[in-house]
Amino acid sequence: MKNLLLTASLAALVWAAPLAPGYAADIKQGGAMTVTFKDDISTLDPAIGYDWKNWSMIKSLFDGLLDYKPGTTEIVPDLAESYEVAPDGLTYTFHLRHGVKFHNGREMKAADVKYSLERTCNPKTQSPGAGYYGSIKGFDDYQAGKASELAGVTTPDDYTVKIELSHPDATTLHLMALNFSFVVPKEEVEKYGADFGKHPVGTGAFKLAEWKSGQDLVFERNTDYYKKGLPHLDKITFEIGQEPVVALLRLQKGEIDIAGDGIPPSKYEEVLKDPATKKLVTITDQLNTDYVSMNVNIKPFDQVEVRQAVNMAINKTRILKLINNRGVAANQPLPPAMPGYVKDYKGYPYDPAKAKALLAKAGLADGFSTDLYVQNVDPNPRIAQAIQQDLAKIGIKANIKSLDQGTVIAAGGKKDGAPMIWSGGMAWIADFPDPSNFYTAILGCGGAVDGGWNWSWYCNKDLDARADKANAMADPAKAGERAAEWGKIFVEVMKDAPWAPVLNEKAVTIHSKRIAGPNGIFADPIHIPVNYDEVYALDAQ
Amino acid sequence: MTGYLLRRLAHVLLVLIGVSIITFLILHAPGRDPARQVAGHTASPEQVEQVRHELGLDRPLIEQYWRYATKLAQGDLGRSYVQRSQVSELILARLPATALLMLGAIFCELLIGLPSGAIAAFRRNRPSDQTVMLGALLFVSTPQFLVAYILLYVFGFKLQWLPTTPGVSFLTLILPALSLGLIGGGWYARMMRSSIIEVLRQDYVRTARAKGLRRARIVLLHVVPNGLLPIIAMIGLDIGYFMSGIVVVESVFGWPGIGQLAWQAIQQIDIPIIMGVTLVAACAIVLGNLLADLMAPLIDPRIKLK
Repeated sequence: MKNLLLTASLAALVWAAPLAPGYAADIKQGGAMTVTFKDDISTLDPAIGYDWKNWSMIKSLFDGLLDYKPGTTEIVPDLAESYEVAPDGLTYTFHLRHGVKFHNGREMKAADVKYSLERTCNPKTQSPGAGYYGSIKGFDDYQAGKASELAGVTTPDDYTVKIELSHPDATTLHLMALNFSFVVPKEEVEKYGADFGKHPVGTGAFKLAEWKSGQDLVFERNTDYYKKGLPHLDKITFEIGQEPVVALLRLQKGEIDIAGDGIPPSKYEEVLKDPATKKLVTITDQLNTDYVSMNVNIKPFDQVEVRQAVNMAINKTRILKLINNRGVAANQPLPPAMPGYVKDYKGYPYDPAKAKALLAKAGLADGFSTDLYVQNVDPNPRIAQAIQQDLAKIGIKANIKSLDQGTVIAAGGKKDGAPMIWSGGMAWIADFPDPSNFYTAILGCGGAVDGGWNWSWYCNKDLDARADKANAMADPAKAGERAAEWGKIFVEVMKDAPWAPVLNEKAVTIHSKRIAGPNGIFADPIHIPVNYDEVYALDAQ
Repeated sequence: MTGYLLRRLAHVLLVLIGVSIITFLILHAPGRDPARQVAGHTASPEQVEQVRHELGLDRPLIEQYWRYATKLAQGDLGRSYVQRSQVSELILARLPATALLMLGAIFCELLIGLPSGAIAAFRRNRPSDQTVMLGALLFVSTPQFLVAYILLYVFGFKLQWLPTTPGVSFLTLILPALSLGLIGGGWYARMMRSSIIEVLRQDYVRTARAKGLRRARIVLLHVVPNGLLPIIAMIGLDIGYFMSGIVVVESVFGWPGIGQLAWQAIQQIDIPIIMGVTLVAACAIVLGNLLADLMAPLIDPRIKLK
């Protein structure tokens, strides 16, 4: 009986295994995939590339000291096979893998890691990510030109990199998994100069084989990739200039594999209704919150009752309907997928009557007029109109200013620029899965500067001090405690209500039947639209 | 003739300088901060200032324009803020595709517009005339993006007669060229009709008939060449019309030309690319006009360029 049971179980396993997605040992290498995008790829330089299209492409051409486990936000070793964090949180020591080669054949060594970090921090590079590395010792001197190197990054030997910080920073491990820290070969950067972004050379799973500007890019498998068995595909072609609606139709016909720009809003319901297309769709949480910011410098938003009233006036359910329910209502700055999100925090309820009472308490029983800035790309103007109607019900007459993104962002960055901004289409998606990413630039005192992203100009020095303390909790064992503290900080922010958080959008990916991947890679919060290294072609199996 | 050419080229230069100054002022209007955009949201105010200095945006506007103009004179259109590539390289890579699209569009509009306009003129007030004029009015009134999407949907998806993949080939040229050509053809049909009707009223045509010349000879040797004169001038102006049209049409069809480049640059407020494309477009327009004027004496020997 026992033998029969065992045999049956084994038989079942053998039968079921090939059907289970992501049964890695059985994945055969080979095949190709086509991804389409509407806009051209701006650059593949890891120090510079900072949009959602090139972000994941760069992750396939380059590597960093650390990475995330596919489909998760868990940090794992990458170019560094191991690392230690000193008890005081001021020194991180990374031990590099041996024998990792750049695409040009040269072995990657510690000096390359130092060079790459210095390149990102060098003001001449104009890297949009330089500011993240401000806690590395000697950063300020290096940026100001007073030092010729980043003193805090040292290389005791060819396979060891030591990073010393000027103050403990719990986000350091995330920063070493961030694109801006990815390792580049000096000789190729010097050869191509500012054009390195069009001629990328890294250590990644894929190499750039061809780039016809405005037409297509071709990635080919790096046969010397140090992670054996990856990537699964031989080739990825990125076609440029494809309208999202056209891409969707081509995907349905089987001509392409991933519609990189996602499902156009007008097609969303139709795609989800059709059972054939529905199973190709993955909907996943993003590290995103869309909100209405209220400038505390502009009357009457200097009164907390007014800001709280706005929070209670907005009908989030109605707004969700405008985006086909591709999201959930938000009640706090952090999105649900972010460590530190407070599950049982209720936030401000939808209560127009109470909102009116709060306005009366603030001496504004007759309401007031103000401006609501919004980016002029659909569906944001429609959402702004819904917010305008909600505010009108409590006596606030909001005049909509629908403008291009750059103008709205510029207005938000001026002290007396924009009283209210609907952030949709502009902010905020986290660069890495850490709650500090939702505070510093957009709610902290440091972001309340000319040209900053703290559009509410909210500056609470006590909370800033608590945030700094939370960021100093660098001990990985204290991660839970740190996340809880961040949660408390954001609850305190909500008491002051500089924002009215409205929704957390979900990411929607659609892919062809031809391709598959381990569980979660089509819902990977780090690699959008998909983790290119992990995808495999079913027709190669 | 040489004197005329030199004077006209001097005009071209003046127009380009004017366009560059106006575009420069608009793009550097207060309220925008390209330095902040390039430096990223994590940058401290000091870092943003450093980027501003690197990009030369902390200099007075007139100095910035002078630096731009001197580099321009050497063929350097600067570097894209977003792509970091040389703007001249980006534009040169895409210019052949746009030039091909324009040639295709001009071919389509002439092929559609001239014969139909002539037929309408010769069959004035008859059903064929009314049909042609209605068709012309319809296309002239329709926005380019609508024509483009309808053609794409009908011929690319429903009938699947033509490919929907982006890229440059004869087959992929047809729909975008038609999108521009159908609308242009409407204009040419109306213009050709008016021009031919006007010529038919002339004394020399009546004289030719009275002399007993065959109708075909009158039409081909006298009516059509004279009727074409205003059309030639229009082809030069067409380049200006197309420069706005290509932005929409290239985006719809994924045609890798400078229109698509401009569209993306506008969305990203990538000032160096916007400046570069605007200047290239202005150059094409003024040179197109010059070409039209230079061709006029070839059609009508009475015209002397002074």
